[in-house]
Amino acid sequence: MLRAEGLTRRLDDGTTVVDDVTFGVGRGEVVAVVGGSGAGKSSLLRLLNRLDEPTAGRVAVEGVDQASVRPADLRRRVGLVPQTPRMFPGTVADNLRWAFAERGETLGDDAVRSLLERVQLPGYADRDASSLSGGEAQRVSLARVLANEPQVLLLDEPTSALDEDTKGEVEATLRDLLSAGEVTCLVVTHDEAQARRLADRALRMRDGRVVEEGAVEEVLGS
Amino acid sequence: MITALSDNTWVVALSQAVAAVLLVLAVLLVAQRYGVSMFGEATWAMTRGFVQVVAVGSVLAVLLRGPVWTAGIVLLGMFAAAASIARRRAKGIPGAYRLILTALLIGAGSVIVVMTALGVMRWEIATLVPVGSMLLSNAMNAATQMVERLRSDIDAHRGDIEAKLALGGAPASCVAPYVENAVRASMIPQVNTMTALGIVFIPGLMSGMVLAGADPVQAAIYQFVVIAMILAAGGLTAMTAAVLVRSRFFTAAEQLVVPAA
Repeated sequence: MLRAEGLTRRLDDGTTVVDDVTFGVGRGEVVAVVGGSGAGKSSLLRLLNRLDEPTAGRVAVEGVDQASVRPADLRRRVGLVPQTPRMFPGTVADNLRWAFAERGETLGDDAVRSLLERVQLPGYADRDASSLSGGEAQRVSLARVLANEPQVLLLDEPTSALDEDTKGEVEATLRDLLSAGEVTCLVVTHDEAQARRLADRALRMRDGRVVEEGAVEEVLGS
Repeated sequence: MITALSDNTWVVALSQAVAAVLLVLAVLLVAQRYGVSMFGEATWAMTRGFVQVVAVGSVLAVLLRGPVWTAGIVLLGMFAAAASIARRRAKGIPGAYRLILTALLIGAGSVIVVMTALGVMRWEIATLVPVGSMLLSNAMNAATQMVERLRSDIDAHRGDIEAKLALGGAPASCVAPYVENAVRASMIPQVNTMTALGIVFIPGLMSGMVLAGADPVQAAIYQFVVIAMILAAGGLTAMTAAVLVRSRFFTAAEQLVVPAA
């Protein structure tokens, strides 16, 4: 489904934040990207969503080189849920409809309801998005990306900005969502226990490079 | 008192300038006593300002005797100088000079052309150059304030903008709230001026016309017209600059880049 080849990002000051990374993610597979702080995990996700430009290498989705795809289309297909949820002004439903309104389309009430049920926030459509708790906002942020029906879902430290209780709630939502095998997902986490609970395979990064790749048990130990 | 010094108007004018300079120097000395050291900066600004304004007066004295089209050349020179000054505030933004010059020509330039065509500004050098320069200087300030505000707002809201980009948002709509704020902020000084007109201050042009013997009510109406033109020129320049500059915050692949100030 997703294939990165020789993906590299070098900053203007010469620092290499992602260094010659090659890996693949199969359809319906959940792959955890683990590693210490500054290993290049979040930088890798930004390259896959093309928020940053790779210095070298390529990303293909279903065999299509993403350099040839319009950035807006790529970002809908490869949806990124950022580490810190950013709520847009308006209601929760306005947030879910934002990307649709942006391209002149509409997202019906039923679709909004169904998305909120998927992230376990039924009845939240008319809530003011600015009044949500951190965990609720993170789940709305997830639903907002799911609304685009991405082929690949990128989760950047989805629970690291949350307190322990809320972390459990959001992780439960993610487990339900990912266990159905319908979503292809790359999840960045520094929490190896969480990686074990969510993922089928894991990549370990260090200094911008992938240093280990394989089944979760192999990479993280049992 | 100074006017009684001599019948020669040059002596009187220069004596008035000396009196004004002495007054500023006295204020600077007092400020220095309180630890505010602006002596060097302020004396340099005063010297430069005096030389510049006398040079402009001399040029005007020559131009006023020449054909009216020379006003166009003088104004174009002022546009180029204004864009060059404003560019310093837009440091790091690629193509800033051309961008601001275009915004000034579309904003202040079109107001000058339309108002001259309508007969609001007289087709004479004595009106075109001084009134045109008022519109231009205010438009230049509006453009620089807008660019500075937009840059700082975009820098402060990188996360929100990238959250929208990551959903497939178009760069223009991702920064739309900040563009709106920046344009509004750049117009506040002109709107305040309009609101305070005649209550808080009596502007220079009106004062000058009254001193020159014009009817105060007619002078007031013309002052209103000039302030309205300044507001229109500033608003149009800021909006044009905003539309032109917002794309400079994105790469060809629609990635956010905020140039360092």
